[in-house]
Amino acid sequence: MDVPSREPTLPCARGRISAAIGGYLRNTGPLPDEQAVLRAAPLGDDLQLALYVCYELHYRGFADVDADREWDPDLLNVRAAVEQRFLEALRDGAPRHGRADEALEELLVEPVDGSGVSRFLQHEGELWQLREYAAQRSLYHLKEADPHAWVLPRLWGRAKAGMAAVEFDEFGGGRADRVHARLFAELMADLDLNTSYGHYLDAAGAEALAIVNMMSLFGLHRALRGALVGHFAAVEITSSPGSRRLAQAMRRTGAGPAAEHFYDEHVEADAVHEQVVRWEVVAGLLEEEPHLDGDVAFGVEATTYLEDRLAERLLGAWRTGESSLRIPV
Amino acid sequence: MVYDSDERRCRIVARRAGPLLVEGPVEVTLEDGTTVTSDRFRVALCTCRRSRTYPWCDTSHRKSERPVPPHDVTRSDS
Repeated sequence: MDVPSREPTLPCARGRISAAIGGYLRNTGPLPDEQAVLRAAPLGDDLQLALYVCYELHYRGFADVDADREWDPDLLNVRAAVEQRFLEALRDGAPRHGRADEALEELLVEPVDGSGVSRFLQHEGELWQLREYAAQRSLYHLKEADPHAWVLPRLWGRAKAGMAAVEFDEFGGGRADRVHARLFAELMADLDLNTSYGHYLDAAGAEALAIVNMMSLFGLHRALRGALVGHFAAVEITSSPGSRRLAQAMRRTGAGPAAEHFYDEHVEADAVHEQVVRWEVVAGLLEEEPHLDGDVAFGVEATTYLEDRLAERLLGAWRTGESSLRIPV
Repeated sequence: MVYDSDERRCRIVARRAGPLLVEGPVEVTLEDGTTVTSDRFRVALCTCRRSRTYPWCDTSHRKSERPVPPHDVTRSDS
């Protein structure tokens, strides 16, 4: 299967700030003023889309934006103000354990009658809900593991070797047909979705954007390397059981072999990644830099916080038979 | 015969509360004579025998816990 390589165009604005940033990147207007950034809801659609657009310039960018704008100092200035709001919201919203091992330990216990999205989809998810789930998640999975690659130059020793090994696995272990982003595109094709990079940006809610923005925030700031590692550990620890439930959802609905394979692969891969991330990346980092313990815990907690918000959005809509997306797919 | 035993030795990390971590790629022969392979850089082999993808670990060894009832406020830290 060929995954289209063309970059997306800038998304539709969701408010004053995202509109101003879009206009600025199209060379048709000024940047938003600082007061507007200070007034906007930090986890709302407008600010999250604005931040997503700023970060996307570091990944594959937009077809209608010059590649040089990645390092536009005035834009970076506004982005810093948006990031500050976002980071404050994460610190306010995430529960506080204080210690990394406590925060991680909590994720290692499987609730018997849990009520998350993967359980809903496993037991009663319909094909249209699986399609919506894949569309929301595609913002991340089509660049799976990319945001975490930013942390590699900020690590060394055991943490770096472990992180690089897991990333190598995420990127297909040297084989293009096994790159996880590509496996996800194949899942999308099974679900009759558009596999183009960034295609569902306009459809995805603020809650889905916030999760990808958190990865970019933690990945792009060396000061937040501990949070990136904590976030990554949280993802790898929770992925394996969640993927097993999603694989069952795909099988039950007859979504298709590639859709099943994506989650089957993650059951096995992430059972390994969990071990490597906990015992080499997290332990290695904290051995070298024990003062980052609280940051690792913060990364774990912020991940849980934002994942819970996405779950609320999805289940809230689906339980009343409504779409969780901004536009139909 | 002379060979470098350090190089040839298969490295395994064992933890009582988790899978055996073996350097990949591996080929595992199961009791019915079939073989399964994994090309991953590291492979997690199930030791709790609960895995639904045996011999690979699928994290089924984890502790499970009933959710805290809503009226139980002792676990609420907010």
